[in-house]
Amino acid sequence: MRRIRRGHVLTAAVAVALCIPASGASTGNSAGTLPTKIGKGEGSLNLIEWAAYSDPSFANKFVRQTGCKIHRKDAGSSNEMVALMRTGGGGGGGQYDLVSASGDASLRLIVGGDVQPVNVNLVPSWKQFLSIFKSPAHNTVKGVHYGVSVQWGPNTLLYNTKKVKPAPTSWSAIYSSKYKGKVTVPNNPIQIADAALYLMKSKPSLGIKDPYELTKSQLDATVSLLKQQRKLVKKYWASATDEINLFKGGDTVIGASWPYQTLQLQAAKSPVKELIPKEGATGWADTWMLAKKAPHPNCAYLWMKYATTPQVEAKQALVFGETPVNPKACSYMDKMQKGSCAKYHLNQPLSYYKQIHFWKTPIADCGNGKKDCMDYNAWQRAWTQVTG
Amino acid sequence: MRRARLRFSAVFWRRPWFKGLALLTPPVAAFLLIYVGALTVLFISAFWSVDSFTGKLEHIWNIENFRIVFSTTDPTYLRIAGRTIGIAAAVTLTDAVLAFPLAYYMARIARPRTRTLVFVLVLLPLWSSYLVRIYAWRLILSNDGVLNWALGGVGLPHLNIGYTNWAMWIVFSYVWLPFMVLPVYAALERIPDNYLEASGDLGASGFRTFRSIIVPLALPGIVAGSIFTFSLTLGDYVTPLLVGGAGSSFIGNVVYENIGVNANVPFAAAFATVPVIIMAVYLVIARRLGAFEAL
Repeated sequence: MRRIRRGHVLTAAVAVALCIPASGASTGNSAGTLPTKIGKGEGSLNLIEWAAYSDPSFANKFVRQTGCKIHRKDAGSSNEMVALMRTGGGGGGGQYDLVSASGDASLRLIVGGDVQPVNVNLVPSWKQFLSIFKSPAHNTVKGVHYGVSVQWGPNTLLYNTKKVKPAPTSWSAIYSSKYKGKVTVPNNPIQIADAALYLMKSKPSLGIKDPYELTKSQLDATVSLLKQQRKLVKKYWASATDEINLFKGGDTVIGASWPYQTLQLQAAKSPVKELIPKEGATGWADTWMLAKKAPHPNCAYLWMKYATTPQVEAKQALVFGETPVNPKACSYMDKMQKGSCAKYHLNQPLSYYKQIHFWKTPIADCGNGKKDCMDYNAWQRAWTQVTG
Repeated sequence: MRRARLRFSAVFWRRPWFKGLALLTPPVAAFLLIYVGALTVLFISAFWSVDSFTGKLEHIWNIENFRIVFSTTDPTYLRIAGRTIGIAAAVTLTDAVLAFPLAYYMARIARPRTRTLVFVLVLLPLWSSYLVRIYAWRLILSNDGVLNWALGGVGLPHLNIGYTNWAMWIVFSYVWLPFMVLPVYAALERIPDNYLEASGDLGASGFRTFRSIIVPLALPGIVAGSIFTFSLTLGDYVTPLLVGGAGSSFIGNVVYENIGVNANVPFAAAFATVPVIIMAVYLVIARRLGAFEAL
């Protein structure tokens, strides 16, 4: 009885929560609430960011131009970003201005009321964005923008070229016992989607259509695959540095990664390569989102404007190893590093993006009207079961 | 003015209990407010819940969090608690075995000058940061680390213990060893020499003296040391994070992830009551064994 009642309460709470952005949207759209021009900078800008998202190599110029001094809080995971935004009563707690949220966090921030609508007309580069990044579902709800896209990247398969032979072509490499005890994957519930993507291609009978929309039986099948994988895993990496150390120390030879780690390892002369396997890959797309209680909104808008210009997009892409959402960055990338535009797939046609399944927060309603998909909470529990 | 002061001190003279009250009120109030108060808030919040999608706290009373922690159909959290207690016990045992001969040497064999030197050596690791020492172990135990390099040098096969529960056991045993050596040393030093002589005069062998005189008298010291090693291991989360592998989570890691990462304070609070209960039971047993006299 208690369980049923709790279930009702939860459903009701989610339903109520889902209504909030709708009402917020109506007020957000009305004239007067959205700023129509960017005022003078407040002299300070507090960011929650992925490491190097305001790297001094390109951010110092911004500080000089605008006088907005940047204070950074690096987050290690999407969940940590959400938690940081919710400290001090939510909305960034009146402390943080912007957060570089990935697609698995952005919708939660919108529904939780932690971010506020943004006037994209104040960000001139927005019109240059690739069409899929102008109003993607993870940062735009009912036509209201809660931030501007900034960069994206795929979750790749990283391997040691000396130890892993022949070179892998499929994600099966991190699920087969060939490299037992030498595998590493991120310690993140969204990693379930990587396994679901693999099953989507290798076991069509499960009927997985979207790796983020899993029914109970599909999630169970994915979890049992991940439980088998656990026996092969040396360590679930918690941060990019963690994985770099694992590969440097020879503790792991293959694993799921970001291009950032690959670049760092290659710069340190480690024999590693990465690829997008034949099944495709999951990917992240990050958004600079404006905190509801942002104390320095003008500096925040100035940063969104600055960070999306082609030159800065190109620089950030090369520092972090990811792909700009502004295709005009292509020529700047090639100028800084020959062939880098093609290397990061910025010159690819839209069809290329079909093989990248961008992170999004799993919710119960996956569009079939039955609300029988497993939500993020269930994913979280399943992930603890796998790794705990 | 002077009269008023006199009358004031007269109150304390006439009612001695009043003096005690005035002396104890500030520390007791601080204790209740800061320590017991925080624990109570923690315990109460364990009965609330968090909306999974928005992350907002919901003040609805329920015992769902405890049901998940103690669930036997999904024993994830019981497994984590069991692992934490198991490794804490193994570390305590290891430290007791390692510390006893060292403490015995320091207390009963070494000359004063050597004793000081050994003391410094035991305490030396505490001068450097705990994190630095754990990172050092990471370098030692990793696949291409010092240990495997040394093993390879003498023709032995590689040991694959980096990022495993074995690694955690070694690192914990190393980090907490000084906390076991000191109380055992204190207990051994207190044993009067004439007890041992009397035992010998009565015809007891060296082993018999050790078993019937030294160990029982040193036991309170060992138990006192075990309070440190056990509770410090029980509450740690940094070592599992840095040297643990897949499936090395401790209670502390789950608490940390639920507060710092998932913002689910109620569940973290529910799970955090588990070590509180374990330590309460442990301290009651330790008291029975006389550990508090040896501190």
